[in-house]
Amino acid sequence: MSYDPNIVGFACQWCTYAGADLAGNLRATYPPSIKLIKVPCSGRVEPEYVMEAFAKGADGVMIGGCHFGDCHYKTGNHKTSQRMTILSKMLEDMGFDSKRFRVEWISGAEGYRFAEVIEEFTKELQELGPSPLKGGNGHGR
Amino acid sequence: MADKVKTAFLLAGGCAGCEMSVVDLSEVLVDALESLEIVFWAPTVADVKYKDLEEMPDKSIDLAFVDGMIRNSENLHTVQVLRQKSKILVAFGACATLGGIAALGDLYTKEELFDQAYKTSFSTDNPDGIYPTPDYMLDGKYHLTIPAFLDNCSTIDQVVDVEYYVGGCPPHPSFVGKLVGAILAGDLPPAGSWLTCGKAVCDICKRNPAITGQERLPVGEIKRTIDGQPDFEKCLLQQGYMCFGPVTQGDCGASCLNVNIPCRGCGGPIPGIKDFGARCVSTLASSMADDATAVQFIEKYNDMAKMFYRYSHTASNLNHTIAERKEK
Repeated sequence: MSYDPNIVGFACQWCTYAGADLAGNLRATYPPSIKLIKVPCSGRVEPEYVMEAFAKGADGVMIGGCHFGDCHYKTGNHKTSQRMTILSKMLEDMGFDSKRFRVEWISGAEGYRFAEVIEEFTKELQELGPSPLKGGNGHGR
Repeated sequence: MADKVKTAFLLAGGCAGCEMSVVDLSEVLVDALESLEIVFWAPTVADVKYKDLEEMPDKSIDLAFVDGMIRNSENLHTVQVLRQKSKILVAFGACATLGGIAALGDLYTKEELFDQAYKTSFSTDNPDGIYPTPDYMLDGKYHLTIPAFLDNCSTIDQVVDVEYYVGGCPPHPSFVGKLVGAILAGDLPPAGSWLTCGKAVCDICKRNPAITGQERLPVGEIKRTIDGQPDFEKCLLQQGYMCFGPVTQGDCGASCLNVNIPCRGCGGPIPGIKDFGARCVSTLASSMADDATAVQFIEKYNDMAKMFYRYSHTASNLNHTIAERKEK
C-alpha cells in the first residue's frame, strides 16, 4: 500500500538542520515527507513532544542531532540518546511500534546522508502503513 | 457562616483508600463538620442510596468529591448524576485524576483481563469458562443485572467537567486537612486547577542534596528496591534507586522517602507537565551517566510503560488512542 507518510522531524540547529540545508544546496533528492522543526539542541526535545506528535497522528517522528563529541553544548546529544532509548522501549511497552520513532546523528556536512536517512525512513513507514492512531495526512480514520 | 456547605463523597472505581484518608482527619474532620453538611457519601459511609442522589435538585450540592476512576457503567452513571447535582466537583486522588493503578489494565484488552481474572489465574477453578455477564435470568423469572465492565478506564475529567484536582494515592491526611480549611475559607484557585502546594517531592524531601549544598552527580549503576538497603540519609536517585520525586507533587510531605521507599508518582505531575510518564523519562534519563546505564535501567525494570505510568496511564497522551486501536 502506497501512501505519503507524515514525519515530524526535530533537527538540532547546529548539525542536522544544517545538514538538511546542505542537502538542499547539493540538490539531493528525498521525499517531501518530513516536516522539520528547528530546535537549539536535540537535548531540547522532550519525550512529551514525541508523544504528542504521535498522539496527533504523525506516522513517524525523527530526532536529528550531532554526532557524539560534536554537540555544541557538549552533552546535549548524550542526554537525547539516553532519554530516547528509554522512550522507545516505553512506546513499545505501551503497544506502539517503536520503528516509527528514530534518532539519527547527522552532521552539518552530511547533506547526502540526510537525504538518504529520510528516504529510508519514508520507505520503512510506507511498509508499516499509516499510523494506527489517526492516520497522518488524512489517511485511515 | 450562614448555611453549612453541602458536601458529597462518591466512590467510583477506586478502593476507598481516599475516603480512609478523609476519615483519618479525625478531630479536624469533627471540627469541620460544624460547617460541612454531608448530604451524600456512598457507597461507603453514609446511609444514602444512589436514588436519593438522583432525586436531589440540580446544583444543590455545594462541593462534591469523587474518588476512583470510571471502570464500569455504574461509575459512569453515578459520576454523571453527581456532576449534574453539584456546583463544584473535585477529582480526589490518583485514580480520579490520572487513572491510578487499575488503569494499567488498559495495557491489555478486556478479553485478556477477563481470562486472567476468571479463567487462567492459578487459584481459579472455572472449567466451564463461565464469565460474569451484565444480565442474567435466574430460574427463568428473576432478571438480575450488574454494572457492565467498560472497554477502558477513564479519569473523571474525560467524562464530565471537573473543577479541581487533588493527587495522591491516597491524598495525605494532613494535606486533606489543609485543603478542607482552604475550601471553607473560600481560598480556592481558578477552576481547572490542581489543589497543591505546587512543590515537587524533592523540594520537600530531606534527602535533597541541594539542602547540604552537594552537587548532583550522574548515576552509573541502577538498583531496584530489592537490591540491598538504601542509605537513609542520601538521595535515592544518587544511590541509583529510581525515584520520581523531581516531577511529582509533594503534598504528601515525601512520605515514602521518609521510610526509604522511592517515589512512584502518585501525587500527580507538578505544574507545567502535560504527560507525566514522558517527562519522567526525560528527568530520570538525564540523571544517568551514559547509554549503558539507560540500557541497564531497561533490563532491570523491564516494563517501562508500567514503570512510568504506574498511576497516570489513563491521563497519558497515547493511551486512549492505542486502546481504541486494540479493540479493532
